[in-house]
Amino acid sequence: MSARLVWRVARLTAIRDETATARTLVLTVPDWPGHLAGQHVDVRLTAEDGYSTQRSYSIASAADGETVELTVQQVPDGEVSPYLGEVLSIGDPVELRGPVGGYFAWRPESTAPVLLIAGGSGIVPLMAMIRARRAAGSRVPFRLIYSVRTPHDIYYADELRMRARDDAGLDVAYAFTRAVPDGWPSPPRRLGVAEVNTHGWPADFEPECFICGPTGFVETVADILVALGHDPQRVRTERFGPSGA
Amino acid sequence: MGIISPGFRGRPRSPGPQLPPGQYLTEDFPVLSAGPTPRIPLETWEFSITTEAGTAYTWSWPELTALPAQTPTVDLHCVTKWSKLGTGWRGVSLDTLLGDVETAADFAMARSYGGYTTNLPLADLLDGKAWIVYEYDGEPLHPEHGGPARLLVPHLYLWKSAKWIRGIQLLLDDVPGFWETAGYHEYGDPWREQRYQGD
Repeated sequence: MSARLVWRVARLTAIRDETATARTLVLTVPDWPGHLAGQHVDVRLTAEDGYSTQRSYSIASAADGETVELTVQQVPDGEVSPYLGEVLSIGDPVELRGPVGGYFAWRPESTAPVLLIAGGSGIVPLMAMIRARRAAGSRVPFRLIYSVRTPHDIYYADELRMRARDDAGLDVAYAFTRAVPDGWPSPPRRLGVAEVNTHGWPADFEPECFICGPTGFVETVADILVALGHDPQRVRTERFGPSGA
Repeated sequence: MGIISPGFRGRPRSPGPQLPPGQYLTEDFPVLSAGPTPRIPLETWEFSITTEAGTAYTWSWPELTALPAQTPTVDLHCVTKWSKLGTGWRGVSLDTLLGDVETAADFAMARSYGGYTTNLPLADLLDGKAWIVYEYDGEPLHPEHGGPARLLVPHLYLWKSAKWIRGIQLLLDDVPGFWETAGYHEYGDPWREQRYQGD
């Protein structure tokens, strides 16, 4: 039995645009207890008339003192994401509590190879794992397969390029479902068994697998991994709506 | 009430249905699972209730679906904040399944194909509050949503309604299940917003 997760008042200290429709909020959270890569926070907004609503967001950053970064994808007609993405300004307060969830999480002391498979904005908690690996100086082999619609939809594009170059033991592969970069060897297509087999780890390496993305994507990829012989107990999943976030 | 978020108005509020605190309404049916979706052939599927003395009561698929069925229409509240109202199910009441079971247990552990577990007081499975359901919206329950059969305990957060249910173990002492071990609330009443330990 642990203490109640308290609501903390965070302040927005910086903003980074990731794509045309997603931005990273850099928050300073007093007395933040730290977190594991893959955990999430609950964010609470309250209107002047007392109306209040909450959403969960994965943490994008590795644990770093009182700094917590969230990357928010704009959801058309959303209630919370347009506020976080367009209205919330530097210095504004926002309530959050966490960290929440310890199952979809990578622990730096773990020595198993890691396979990360992201669909769209599902990259966020997986990026936290790549950053935590770097922060811990871990040499555990990591592979990321990142499925996006077009090259313009890649979050953290510059950082991923840099880390794939500089972080020994990190491989990054992309799959494009709508439009490919110039010179890409294949037409756009959905991530399938060929890509997972080529860019993932063999099942007999017994990797820890983390899949995050929309429900249909996660279902497909998890089925592929199980069919390729991965133990379902080592395949951890996080599914996003469709839920009007 | 929390601090005011400057410039936040939220969706237009109509005098609609009352939701538990912190929940919002969805028309979709989102999925929350910790791992791959298990596929269980009906020929080998079975469901058991095991007492604290180790006695097992087991139903095959034909035996379960031959029992008197009910068609509850209930509201669902997921700890990830969405609520879905007026969902229609078909299945067997736990009152029916537990009717002939001799037990002095106060607690239950639901166990699923795939290894998921969740704990709840036995009283919350009785008196018309819980079902083993195998149809949703008039169709066989899809594997994503827990088919062939799941537990349905709609008065608690949805993680208590174990998907791919395989059995219920009756216990004299309360033991935390999968999410309960990971920091979620041991009981999970949405109306008291019991999301996490200590709430």
